[in-house]
Amino acid sequence: MKRSWNWAIYAGFAVVVFAFVSYFLLFSQFPLTRDFPWLNLLLFALGLGLLWTGSRRGWRQREQYRGRIAGPTLAMLSVLVLGFFLFYNFSFSAQLPESRGAPKVGEAAPDFTLPDQEGKPVKLSELRGQPVLLVFYRGYW
Amino acid sequence: MDPPEQSKKLAADRGYTFPILSDAERRVIRHYDLVHPGGGPGGTDIARPAEFLLDADGIIRWVNLTESYRIRAKPEDILAVIDRLPLGSPQPPPN
Repeated sequence: MKRSWNWAIYAGFAVVVFAFVSYFLLFSQFPLTRDFPWLNLLLFALGLGLLWTGSRRGWRQREQYRGRIAGPTLAMLSVLVLGFFLFYNFSFSAQLPESRGAPKVGEAAPDFTLPDQEGKPVKLSELRGQPVLLVFYRGYW
Repeated sequence: MDPPEQSKKLAADRGYTFPILSDAERRVIRHYDLVHPGGGPGGTDIARPAEFLLDADGIIRWVNLTESYRIRAKPEDILAVIDRLPLGSPQPPPN
């Protein structure tokens, strides 16, 4: 008897890959899904669940289903992908300097002059008389 | 660190009208102690994300130094702080 294709394994792995890349390509753009990546973690759980189901039936119903090797192999690879995702989100992105010397509430903001997007110099102290929001950002690359 | 030309493109693409300053030598970033060593492309030094709210006299009234560069102050959070703090901005006349 020809054994059936064990689709759950490949669907599970596809969901895991999507769970990983969709964070960077899509969900990290919205604070709701960026600050805590709950949607991507749910997708990882779904993918790993499918891989588990597929691998289990590949072994238990081996007369009926294929995927005894592919299941555990892709499952292990998926766990590695999840591990990297967790490391990036909860460890790597939190490795920031302490910035103990950063100006504090109640202090005068140190003055500076920097060019704006037109190349025109902007001096912080010349903005007195109105509130100012200073945003330091990582840049676009 | 974005050069002014790149900031100009960004402002044009997104319709930003506020000044986007460029600290190519990381002079101000270093002075504010916000350098993230090796945090940029190719291991270059960049600024960690940080937000400072200054009142009309240039005094810092609110600071946000995030613990993870993925997590930054949201516009609505900053607007709430602006509403809460006396920043010396021109107040609308009472009716």
